[in-house]
Amino acid sequence: MPAKGTRDSFGEALLDVGAKNTDVVVLDADLSKSTMTLAFAKKFPERHMELGIAEQNMVGVAAGLALSGKIPVLTSFACFVAGRVEPIRIAAAYNQTNVKIVGTHAGIGIGEDGTSQMGLEDVAAMRALPHLTVLQPADDSETKQAVSWMLSHRGPVYIRLTRQKMPDVHGADYKWELGKIDVIFEPAKKPAKYQATIVASGGPVPEAVAAAKTLEAKGFSVRVANASSLAPFDSDAIARFAKDSQRLVTVEDHNVNGGLGSAVCEAAAEHACGVPVVRLGLRTFGESATPEQLYEKYGLAAPSIAEACLKNL
Amino acid sequence: MPTATTPDVDYKSLARDMRVDIIRMIETAGSGHPGGSLSVIDLLTVLYWKFLKHDPKKPDWADRDRLVLSKGHACPALYAVMAKRGYFDKSLLGTLRKLDSPLQGHPDRMRLPGIEFSTGSLGQGLSVGVGMAFAEKLDKRSSKAYVILGDGEMQEGQNWEAFMCAPKFGLDNLVAIVDHNGGQIDGQVHDVMDLEPLGDKLRSFNWDVQTIDGHDYAAIEKALANAQKAGGKPHAIIAKTIKGKGVSFMEGNIAWHGSAPKKEDADKAVQEILNAR
Repeated sequence: MPAKGTRDSFGEALLDVGAKNTDVVVLDADLSKSTMTLAFAKKFPERHMELGIAEQNMVGVAAGLALSGKIPVLTSFACFVAGRVEPIRIAAAYNQTNVKIVGTHAGIGIGEDGTSQMGLEDVAAMRALPHLTVLQPADDSETKQAVSWMLSHRGPVYIRLTRQKMPDVHGADYKWELGKIDVIFEPAKKPAKYQATIVASGGPVPEAVAAAKTLEAKGFSVRVANASSLAPFDSDAIARFAKDSQRLVTVEDHNVNGGLGSAVCEAAAEHACGVPVVRLGLRTFGESATPEQLYEKYGLAAPSIAEACLKNL
Repeated sequence: MPTATTPDVDYKSLARDMRVDIIRMIETAGSGHPGGSLSVIDLLTVLYWKFLKHDPKKPDWADRDRLVLSKGHACPALYAVMAKRGYFDKSLLGTLRKLDSPLQGHPDRMRLPGIEFSTGSLGQGLSVGVGMAFAEKLDKRSSKAYVILGDGEMQEGQNWEAFMCAPKFGLDNLVAIVDHNGGQIDGQVHDVMDLEPLGDKLRSFNWDVQTIDGHDYAAIEKALANAQKAGGKPHAIIAKTIKGKGVSFMEGNIAWHGSAPKKEDADKAVQEILNAR
């Protein structure tokens, strides 16, 4: 498949599932052209609610729909929707409603629009809420499978999607599984001990693969794993990686606190792995520039990732 | 069998019993919110005995009306109603706020069947009612969504987002009832953050608005009957009430918003309620 934003893959999957399951209702807050729900809205206008620029109300309306048997899918930018933590805490998580929260425009990967439009703390907030499943797929196939699962699962889900185009990192026969970290790159020769295992999620996943390939050419053994489920989190995989890796490197387009980096540290500590963890991600807010410039500046591009795999701790 | 209507209900005697339950429940718990529970009980009585389509033996009956108590702190009133209506045994009332009780300090739908939405974080109930009413329309069911709001709670911005959006979807099956008792924790509502002119505000948001005495059973019945009509507009009932209604030393006294009566005060309150004619 040609590279496409995971938001685009979501829009296609939504249209597909929504045609078969008439309980699916889509809610928008004036961003349907950007969250890729417009096609659904046009095809099924009776099952679309345009609620205007009022995200907290959208969360509550979705909960009400779910309590009356619908499968509401509410979308906005990750920062705007996951920023409404208290309504999500009560109406989605505490009430355990069948609400599907879609946050697009994850991270600095959106580029020029700058910090106020970038979801950079959303995973931290959503991951702290009981009962909420938190997903971040990396490519077209994974996104479509995760969306399809999300719409058949009963319970609240948050899914985080990219604006920028994502190349396929999975093969055609890839089967996505909830709560599992999957290895997407292994060096041709399996070492006794890897210099590093990179655990990446979302936007920077292709950069992590590029970094591992560069290192392989230089004679280093680095594995890349993709964490598409941030809650529940596959801590067993982390324990396994810790056994045969000199270090773990986490890569995420999100603040290092509370997101993937934290999840990996928690798993490593809880399993008493004693492995060093290097966390790549944001430690501050972002800014305006091209996505490529920002990934380079904030250490999410392949060269920075490669460096983190080798540099002395 | 679900109860659509019950003719000739003795609201006065029902509400009197439940006012006693509220006082005793909160006294036993040692904490809770008597003021707003006593102001809302008459509204709940008329709703649960006359208007609400529900079945206490089958609380998840798909065609029921939904009632969301957005002002969740008044749940002792709702618990008293549910016990009397047969949702659960009255002996449970003594477990309010105790470890493992289904009667949480604020209502919890996962623990108590018959609670439609877990509230307590103010300002969220009306949005939920909008979603419920929309779903009923989508399924072409005749069920309604009733949302009971506190007046202090109307200061939350989310309510106004919800008031703004309900008319857009023609939700004439949505009824918002404001328990306008005039008090909140920090003082009188008009001092803390004035809502007036509340009726005009809601009318300007394209709602059908009625203002009534929220302790006058005939007026409550009439307003709820008017709120059954279609026509595309959602219905708001501003019920002027008295915080602590029925207990002279609690009436209009903010101190009783969120404090439990000790035995002596509780006994006095119960005597007053029982002596009232």
